[in-house]
Amino acid sequence: MMVKELMEELVKLGDTQVIVGVKPTIGEPFGDTPNLGVLMTNCELLPMAAPGFEPGPPSPESIELARVVDRGIRESELVDLEKLCIEEGKKVWMLFIDLHVIDYDGNLFDASNLAVMAALMNTKLPVAEYIDDEIVLSEDETMDLPIRDKLALSTFVKIGNGLILDPSLEEEEILDARITIGVTDEGNHVCSMQKGGEAPLTRDEILDAVHMAFTTKDDLLSYLD
Amino acid sequence: MFFIISNDKELRVDGRAYDEFRPIKIEAGVLKRADGSAYLEVGGNKILASVYGPRESYIRRLLKPNTGVIRVRYNMAPFSVDDRKRPGPDRRSTEISKIAADALRPALMLESFPRSMVDVSIEVIEAEGGTRCAGITAAAVALADAGIPMKDIVVGCAAGKVNDQVVLDLSEKEDKEGQADVPIAMMPRTGEITLLQADGNLTEEEFEEALDLTMEGCRKISQLQHEALKARYSSE
Amino acid sequence: MIYVNEKDLVVPGELLAEDDYYSGRGTFEDDGKICSKLLGLVSLRNKKISVIPLKSKYLPKKGDVVIGKIDDVRFSMWGVDINSPYSGILPASEVFGREKKELSRVFDIGDVLFLRIVDVDEVKKVKLGLKGRGMGKFKGGVIVDIAPTKVPRLIGKKGSMINMIKDKTGCKIVVGQNGLVWVKGNEDMEQIVKNVIKLIEKEAHTSGLTDRIKNKLCLLIDGELPPEEEEEAEPEVEEEAFEDGLKKPELQDFREEVEKELAEEGFLEDEADDFEDIDDEDSDDEMFDDSEDEDTEDEDIEEFNDDSEDEEGFEDFDDELEDEESEEEDDEEAEDDKEDKSKKPKFLDTFEYINEQKKKNKSSYDFSRADNSKSPTLNISQGRGI
Repeated sequence: MMVKELMEELVKLGDTQVIVGVKPTIGEPFGDTPNLGVLMTNCELLPMAAPGFEPGPPSPESIELARVVDRGIRESELVDLEKLCIEEGKKVWMLFIDLHVIDYDGNLFDASNLAVMAALMNTKLPVAEYIDDEIVLSEDETMDLPIRDKLALSTFVKIGNGLILDPSLEEEEILDARITIGVTDEGNHVCSMQKGGEAPLTRDEILDAVHMAFTTKDDLLSYLD
Repeated sequence: MFFIISNDKELRVDGRAYDEFRPIKIEAGVLKRADGSAYLEVGGNKILASVYGPRESYIRRLLKPNTGVIRVRYNMAPFSVDDRKRPGPDRRSTEISKIAADALRPALMLESFPRSMVDVSIEVIEAEGGTRCAGITAAAVALADAGIPMKDIVVGCAAGKVNDQVVLDLSEKEDKEGQADVPIAMMPRTGEITLLQADGNLTEEEFEEALDLTMEGCRKISQLQHEALKARYSSE
Repeated sequence: MIYVNEKDLVVPGELLAEDDYYSGRGTFEDDGKICSKLLGLVSLRNKKISVIPLKSKYLPKKGDVVIGKIDDVRFSMWGVDINSPYSGILPASEVFGREKKELSRVFDIGDVLFLRIVDVDEVKKVKLGLKGRGMGKFKGGVIVDIAPTKVPRLIGKKGSMINMIKDKTGCKIVVGQNGLVWVKGNEDMEQIVKNVIKLIEKEAHTSGLTDRIKNKLCLLIDGELPPEEEEEAEPEVEEEAFEDGLKKPELQDFREEVEKELAEEGFLEDEADDFEDIDDEDSDDEMFDDSEDEDTEDEDIEEFNDDSEDEEGFEDFDDELEDEESEEEDDEEAEDDKEDKSKKPKFLDTFEYINEQKKKNKSSYDFSRADNSKSPTLNISQGRGI
């Protein structure tokens, strides 16, 4: 499948389209992590994206998607949150990552992750300083987000006895089980994983999928360049 | 509960060996009204699970014409954690409810109960790391206690990486300070895995080690589930 | 290769046997291995392994008699809650024939009825009917609910338990196979019966339960124990067992009792029954006819008269029809009556009816023996012979 970056935040994976917006704001850090910036991921499966997506409060599916994407970014530590701290214990950058699924043609996990990666890599923050209890934002100086690594999410579905990478809508509709694996580019680590679907997976199937996730990650991440 | 002392790995902060659980206690049939129920303690976790059903449901769109369906509600009591948790569902509990249902569903054999619903409720009374696995373990016992036909009793447990070492059953402290957490649930008879999550940083080899450790751990907890169910009916 | 013994307590997923064994009720086969799918007790018939559940929901079956509560009134049917995952419908045509009437004037929401399950289709749509003696609306009384699996124990062998309770308390009792029990008598007695039924439910798995319940009832009602009859052998021990039994029944006994229940319920099929129990439902009606002689000979026929004549607790349904229906209905009614005489068994009493049903549900092998005998229960115990 083709991955094409149309705008800095729109990703198309096959016919699946996800728009991601990253909004930086300045706020107070959490009590237990006074020196770290904050990442928040949210997701909306828009009613326009599929006949089954309904308006109203977020469905379990959208929450799962948001949390799996969030966990990948967070656990891979690809954003250096320490550098998002403006004044320890007082002010930090908070990044709100909002996923908008506008067309659903399968494999939302991988598409969303690529969209978030693309968006994060293109986000620029104004340089901020903390002077006399006040934040002063520089008008012309910006900084890139401190990105340390890249994350590739690979989703496989089990249909019958086979594992298929990057399921299409038709494949997702008949899947028995689903497994999503996040691996980091440089660190070469497994950093997130999520199983879904009604059927169980065997140990060997899981280990196969993990192995494949490592071998496909370069291919997947090349679309970001 | 299980003491397997090995010499090649250091003991953990709380003195456990790498493959040692916190103390576990499981009891079946602890609630009067529910069709099935179970209580589970592991370390500082105290978890209740209840089952109602199979029963009719007014939410027609969730029902299936050829089999029964399961719905899970995972909830943490406001007093279950150090700072009071705001009551009601949040994103975390919504996700855990969903994956817990996915984890339990493969074991159910509800074909003789079409158009019916089984409601499982997992209530965390006190939390100390690893509540989702403990909740699934308790819920499976409650399902068996309710007389629900099942292929197997699903069991959950987690492994993780602490101080570059893969260890079993993370406590809250280890979970916070550790490098990775891999919760799984499985059907012990066939070894099929029904829940799998991971977060943190693991190499491919470490992941395999963690997976094998949890699978072994699940088999041991499975024995405790069996004992709890049998104890309920043999020693009133 | 078998891994369990008769009457062992097993859990879902537990491996029971491999190779030359057959998978019966409550088990499933996976790759040549037979495993339990329930929390229950192992039952072995020759090479067939079954697991009898300790708890289960009531699954409606054609021909069962149940107690239900009207929870919906629509244009041409009533919705009835029958204490099951599936609610029942009582079509107006079952009650009025072809005539149109306002349904809520006959039965309204909250009314409790004694009904028969006329049909259950493949999506578990349960159709109910009122044809048969004693069917209709209850007036007054209380409803006690017990686990449906404990119903046979409450009835006892040939109604021994329920009869004893009725005799002792003077209450009218109707037991539905769905685990609901209707009780009517004086208020104190109703309470006693309610407690006793709950006690039976709780201790269904203990031995000597009928005697213990008898003693308890005598103590509560007469203030003294009944004259000892056959217990002279070890009266003190018995008494201790009475005390203890209330608190901690033993597993061993429990199994024995369950086994009895099963025998009564027809769970322990004979070899003639083979693998499937398909004949259960279809054979019911035919067997009514054949066994009618046997029924009429039954000693309980008096009670049938008694019940049908004096049962003021029932709003006799036929009467009601006569009161409210127009003439053209009479034809149909007469037809119904005729049908009643020719096809339906003389209605004895609920538990009798249920017991009869149980007998009918037994394999043809058992049935043929029952035919030649005046005392079918004997056959059941023989059939059990474990």
